[in-house]
Amino acid sequence: MISALLVMAGIAIVLGAVLGYAAIKFRVEGNPLVDKIDAVLPQTQCGQCGFPGCKPYATAIAAEEADINCCPPGGEEGIRKLAELLNKEFKPFGDNAKPKPKSVAYIDENTCIGCTLCIQACPVDAIVGAAKQMHTIIAADCTGCELCLAPCPVDCIAMNPIEETLSVWKWKYPVYALSPTP
Amino acid sequence: MTQLYHFHGGVHPPTHKNQSTRSPIATPPLPSKLVIPFHQHVGSMAKPLVQAGDYVFKGQLIGMPEDGLSSAIHASTSGTITEIGMQVVAHASGLPDLCATLIPDGNEAWIERERHNPITLPIDEIRHILRLAGIVGLGGAVFPSDAKLRGGKHHVRTIVLNGAECEPYITCDDMLMRQRARDIVRGGDIIRRVLGADEVLIGIEDNKPQAIAMMQEACVDRSSMRVIAVPTLYPGGGAKQLIRVLTGIEVAAGVRSTDKGVQCFNVATAYSIYRAVAFSEPLLSRIVTVTGNVQKPQNFEVLIGTPVDELVAWAGGKPDTTHHIMGGPMMGVALPNDQVSVVKACNCIIAASDALFPPAPPAMPCIRCTRCAEVCPQELQPQDLYWFAKSKNFGKAQEFHLFDCIECGACSYVCPSHIPLVQYYRFAKSEIWARDNDKKAADQARERHEFREYRIEREKQEKADKLAAKEKAALAAKQAAPVSDDAQQKIQAAMALAKQQAITPKNVSDLTPQQQAEIADIEARRANSQARAQSDAGT
Repeated sequence: MISALLVMAGIAIVLGAVLGYAAIKFRVEGNPLVDKIDAVLPQTQCGQCGFPGCKPYATAIAAEEADINCCPPGGEEGIRKLAELLNKEFKPFGDNAKPKPKSVAYIDENTCIGCTLCIQACPVDAIVGAAKQMHTIIAADCTGCELCLAPCPVDCIAMNPIEETLSVWKWKYPVYALSPTP
Repeated sequence: MTQLYHFHGGVHPPTHKNQSTRSPIATPPLPSKLVIPFHQHVGSMAKPLVQAGDYVFKGQLIGMPEDGLSSAIHASTSGTITEIGMQVVAHASGLPDLCATLIPDGNEAWIERERHNPITLPIDEIRHILRLAGIVGLGGAVFPSDAKLRGGKHHVRTIVLNGAECEPYITCDDMLMRQRARDIVRGGDIIRRVLGADEVLIGIEDNKPQAIAMMQEACVDRSSMRVIAVPTLYPGGGAKQLIRVLTGIEVAAGVRSTDKGVQCFNVATAYSIYRAVAFSEPLLSRIVTVTGNVQKPQNFEVLIGTPVDELVAWAGGKPDTTHHIMGGPMMGVALPNDQVSVVKACNCIIAASDALFPPAPPAMPCIRCTRCAEVCPQELQPQDLYWFAKSKNFGKAQEFHLFDCIECGACSYVCPSHIPLVQYYRFAKSEIWARDNDKKAADQARERHEFREYRIEREKQEKADKLAAKEKAALAAKQAAPVSDDAQQKIQAAMALAKQQAITPKNVSDLTPQQQAEIADIEARRANSQARAQSDAGT
């Protein structure tokens, strides 16, 4: 009886030590869920979700402090992906968050006074320029977040929707007319 | 007798090829204008070298290949460039692209040409000539030929010249082989020499006996070149299918056939390669089959840039034509309008009418009969791919090898429910590509954002460090060098002098007693009101 108890206790101690060692040795840095959520988000860093960037929003979702339907640039597709990842119900956008067509900022060079305020606002450093020098957008890096619009004192920045060209054209989802029933 | 292999599936659609092979290749008169797009090939767009108003010679380079994968664009005849601008091009999207409009002067004045001996010309030079001659794959893929001739890590043993031409209605390769077999074979020689291959296999479907005979006659004195008749079975002219039939080698998606030691060229490409290398003739024209709802279906040697409506008019277009199809009925695309121009990829123009191509009956639900799986030459499960594409489950579609699909249309052809299957696959493919691009853009944005945050943090830290260092230095300086006694005394003296010299302002120096009384009165009132204000504020 005693020997059986000792054997069981011994096993418990050994396994406990192994688990304790593993917990230290294989400790996961950071929250892997946040990174997974962040990978789904569109990285516009626009703050339309109410958080200062995609990563903070991902952190808030992981902590269940934010809903999954607050990211208009991600579109409904994004909500679907988040719902799948987090095992939640799909939730449509609220009234104040509607996805817009993807666009790129454009600076009217004749109006720009070179104040550098937009450069400071751009979350992805997609504006080049210097004080009292004309600024311009690096269109390839612009995420269309619109954060440069508000600080501009002369309203010289416009958002141009990305036009469909041959290089970005996509085959459409097949749609065909149903025959009317007699 | 060569052993042939089979590929899975395949269909036997009516060929309709006899209509357009009755008369030889015709050369139509010069069109009223030529609209030459700068992007007719796989890779990046050629850079325009001419401006509106320039006079160009026939064969003059007007579009320079940009870095990497690209190809050159030439003036198809001599004349004046009237416009460089966006025009609708022969593409399923109906979107405009950059084109040069050329009004021919009718002189056909050639630019200077040299003759080369393709047997002694250095191999590097051959590739350079082909790049600047704008030679691309004329079977429909329009992949720059110089890139295909660069070879790879693997030695190419076998060249396959593709003369199968399996798609219904199209006869341009057939007529080319009948009439210009010798030049095709010489093109095959050049390809073999550049890639250092051992043998050249010319695959031709057995429904073209005349082409087979002419090609056999042309390469009778070449031991390394063989003409092989392959069974007529759609899509036997697909590069992967023809390689499979001739060599038994399977080429999976994402694998290049060169990795397996095989490279495939269309016969028309081989012909253009020979003309470009031996005679410095860039790719200015190609053979185009004009058939369908026309009075005289025929093959034409058409200048690149010829408007489709003028081309169809030469073949006698009938008035009840509803639209035009570029390519064959299985894989071709409906042209957005009939003013678009012939491009390098255009092997056939079919004038479509309701009688020839009745509108497809409405699609019915999939009954999972798997007839599509039986005919799929790539051994896919089209019914599953359809299901995943329809429900936009793209990850699953990729798992089921969507990108192995060659869009041959055999599945749609046999589908008893008339489902436009290939449209779903094309949709899914382009959607997956777009998503991959979005993902790349998002990753880049994330990286840039994170770097920006790091940079701002770093700048803040640097500023703080600098300030701390400055303060430290000032303190150290103060402690190191206390103010000397001499300086201290001077300061003291100056302060004492200032005290001594302190004088009362002149306007209050000599006052009458009355004025003094007034001042005292005012001061008292001021003190009074201040006290009241304070007590008000207190309560």
